[in-house]
Amino acid sequence: MAAESIEEDVLRSIGPYALAMLLALAFGAYLLAPPVAQKPELDMSRERTTANGLYVAAIAPEAPEIKQGELQSWTITVKTAAGQPVSDAVIQVDGGMPEHNHGLPTAPEVTRNLGEGHYRIEGIKFSMAGRWELRFDITSPAGTDTATFNLVL
Amino acid sequence: MGHRPSAWYSAAILASALAFAGCGGEDFSEAEKAAIASLSLAFLPPLPTDPSNKYADDPAAAALGATLFFDQRMSPDGVVACGTCHLIDRQFQDDLPLGRGVGVGNRRTMPLAGVAWGPWFFWDGRRDSLWAQALTPLEDRREHAGTRAFYAHFIADNFAERYERIFGKLPDLSGVPPSAGPFGTEAEQSAWNAMPTDQQDEVNRVFANLGKAIAAFERSIVPEETRFDRFAKALAAGKEPQSDAAFSSEEIAGLKLFIGKAACATCHTGPRLTDDSFHNTGVPPVEGLSEDLGRETAVAEVVADPFNCFGRYSDALPESCGELRFVVRDDPRLTRAFKPPSLRGAATRPPYMHAGQFKTLDAVIDHYARAPAAVSGETELHPLSLSERERQQLIAFLNTLAN
Repeated sequence: MAAESIEEDVLRSIGPYALAMLLALAFGAYLLAPPVAQKPELDMSRERTTANGLYVAAIAPEAPEIKQGELQSWTITVKTAAGQPVSDAVIQVDGGMPEHNHGLPTAPEVTRNLGEGHYRIEGIKFSMAGRWELRFDITSPAGTDTATFNLVL
Repeated sequence: MGHRPSAWYSAAILASALAFAGCGGEDFSEAEKAAIASLSLAFLPPLPTDPSNKYADDPAAAALGATLFFDQRMSPDGVVACGTCHLIDRQFQDDLPLGRGVGVGNRRTMPLAGVAWGPWFFWDGRRDSLWAQALTPLEDRREHAGTRAFYAHFIADNFAERYERIFGKLPDLSGVPPSAGPFGTEAEQSAWNAMPTDQQDEVNRVFANLGKAIAAFERSIVPEETRFDRFAKALAAGKEPQSDAAFSSEEIAGLKLFIGKAACATCHTGPRLTDDSFHNTGVPPVEGLSEDLGRETAVAEVVADPFNCFGRYSDALPESCGELRFVVRDDPRLTRAFKPPSLRGAATRPPYMHAGQFKTLDAVIDHYARAPAAVSGETELHPLSLSERERQQLIAFLNTLAN
């Protein structure tokens, strides 16, 4: 709706020929755009400080390619804000597609503590293309904190 | 005002000339081309293995399964085969809102093309393997209305040699009642409960193997190439689609809506056009049918199923039962959630939805556009403004997915 009203304003002020030029430019930009359109404000980093600053969490898929519709395993590495590995964390995994009002299609779990702050998570699946969130509730003697990662398939 | 319409017209012409220069790949952005390719059969991965069924790729098992699939003696009254509802010349479905076996069910019969690629079976995913799925209608009193003891005897009496060549020696069934099972009549349930556990186990094993044979056959029912696939193949190769692979402007517009504004491809994704997951889309219940909560009740059923991937009749190691290990068990979003069916062939197999609620694709699209609230749970749909022309364009595209 917002896009349409902007379009109308543009029309009234600069007229249809300018609109055609804009369309041409937009179309050109569209052609040059990367295959997956990503909103520029979306933080796609795989390492981040948890919401309240207790930990730094980093996630990595085990497979080189993140495939849609297949069960996959990831590792999460948890460190204190000071950079010390947290090797006794209890981690809950959650997530979903905020734009479609649904959660993860599976219930992934930490299946192994790999030591040195590394944990193996199994059972992750992304059933469709689009923007996903992966949330990790991390609890250790230092407290509970949450890290939310964005992924776009 | 007088000059405005013509100026508008010029702008529209210029814009459409830019957008539709040529009739081949220039119609689509790179993102659209990638989305189109991902829906095409060229992207279909190899048939996944089924670790829970070691006979899944055994040709003798598949041949026996094919025989059983079409054998009407697979119901005690002698008139219901799998193929009664899964009609071979009708995409293995029956064109009815509700399946009709011995009685009338409460769900639409699902087509079978590509069924073996999915991790969950039935509209609600209440089984986790094709062989466990195949067993369920056999004991459903509205479908085949048989019992597992009946089927064990049936195999021993009619297919002993073929069975034993594949699965090994049949057990001694002389002490097994002619009909006994946990879902039969009261008498059949009593007969089942009176059987010693090891005898139940032997019957269960024959019954499971029967399912594994049918599943081995069903693995051969694969999606057929459609006009859409030929179109997508040409597009991917950077060639002009020829003869029936060429799309009309309406079909192209429908395809763009499908992967764009109408967001159909959000759930109808990948080459089978399903995400194999479960969604509440606010489809209204059918008056007169019992409450159907879809995935919400199905999860408990599959977890408790003795024929699931963890069960003693499964050939899988527990760690390879990933879908069951990590199944979502308790989530309000499971209420009235159903699996998106493949849209391959959908245009020529009304009625639609899990209980045949909608007679036409028009009605389906209207539902998605209106996005009414769900009776319970919360619909994932958002209202969508689609003009009459856009609706027809979507239908034109859906027709390219049907032969």
